[in-house]
Amino acid sequence: MIYFDQAATTIQKPACVTEAVTKAMCRMGNSGRGVHGSALDASREIYDARERIARFFGCAKSSHVVFTANATESLNTVLFGLLGAGDHVIATDLEHNSVLRPLYHLEQNGTQVSYLRADRQGNVHLDELELLLQPNTKVIVCTHASNLTGNLIDIAAVGAFAAAHHVLFVVDASQTAGIFPIDMRQMHIDVLCFTGHKALLGPQGTGGICIGAQADIRPLKMGGTGVQTYLHTQPAEYPVRLEAGTLNGHGIAGLNAAVRYLEQMGIEKRRKKELALMRRFYEGVRMIPGIRVYGDFSRERAPIVALNWADVPSSELSDALWEEAEIATRPGAHCAPRMHQALGTVEQGAVRFSFGYENTEEEVDEALAVLRRLCR
Amino acid sequence: MREKEKRFVVTFYTTAEAMAMEKLCRERNLPGKCISAPRSVSADCGIAWSAPWEAEAAIRQAVEETGLEIQGFHVLML
Repeated sequence: MIYFDQAATTIQKPACVTEAVTKAMCRMGNSGRGVHGSALDASREIYDARERIARFFGCAKSSHVVFTANATESLNTVLFGLLGAGDHVIATDLEHNSVLRPLYHLEQNGTQVSYLRADRQGNVHLDELELLLQPNTKVIVCTHASNLTGNLIDIAAVGAFAAAHHVLFVVDASQTAGIFPIDMRQMHIDVLCFTGHKALLGPQGTGGICIGAQADIRPLKMGGTGVQTYLHTQPAEYPVRLEAGTLNGHGIAGLNAAVRYLEQMGIEKRRKKELALMRRFYEGVRMIPGIRVYGDFSRERAPIVALNWADVPSSELSDALWEEAEIATRPGAHCAPRMHQALGTVEQGAVRFSFGYENTEEEVDEALAVLRRLCR
Repeated sequence: MREKEKRFVVTFYTTAEAMAMEKLCRERNLPGKCISAPRSVSADCGIAWSAPWEAEAAIRQAVEETGLEIQGFHVLML
């Protein structure tokens, strides 16, 4: 198999990750539930993970690193915990349904939502932010990179704008955490939502929220925390404020090992190779007659290439790639409806190729050869 | 049950802060261990830090210097 679906999930995890999960499953108790050795093992491992992730993303306090099951849970927790009737939020056309659906729901209950529009290349124009700002704007939420085109949003510029206007800035780093450096303090990010199982190389079922000093997020879930048992409400202190129920300690142990691996290896080295593979594929594929590539390749971007051939449905081309040559890609709408509307690809969808450090130039060349054979 | 002795006990609002306390004390070679929070000082079922009472001043200083968020300091017979 040639795996070009790294934007959906990475499947070649470092051995240290699977070893950490196995070790945790063999010895770890329930964090915060007692002080016997197994429970403390779990508490220590999870605390170590909080510290490591806080360092990795420039989050000022490790106690403000909250663990969730994935970026979707993170974004739901944050958006429902910050916004209510009468508030205004600005999002973008690049957003995934993990942002859009909570916003559509909030809109029904009195939250005002505005969108920064994308052009046909999938780019937003940040000078239009000023036009969307309202006196009741509370939050700007945006993805760091489109999961469909790979186009990046300049989150440092958005962060500076948000800070200047005293608006909270929430970032969805699903496609960039582990590839691009993210520093919450330097980029004026108030809340960073991430998933563990993509470029961070951790297990599925892991994700989190890094929270700055200004964000006062109401809990979405309530329940057991191991502390403040007789309180009728969820404890006010982070992280338990947003962590009800037993944490995925086994997964978090794997995520901790994965981020340690990335720290030691350096994400620059990985990014450079992934982007080189993406560029090699793009330069080859754009020369194939009838193929349309989406997104902006004139600037820095995530290692993703989305395309279509003629008017063939994306599902047919993606299935053919798998059946002919076991090349794994993702067709369809990618949970990014507004992005497809902006690109004019609602009917056809698109075939997404996404590249990882473990891919090779030979795999890219093989995919190009198969496409040349299929697309004629 | 063993004989009770005088202990300096620190309580916390969260498990994360209890773990931060354990790490801080290990780094500074301060004595103590994690215990279940005693009912007499906390109605919670959380984790507390229990140290020989003689370590009170050093532990208070460490907490103050690092800004660790604690629920309270207590001297107890445990």
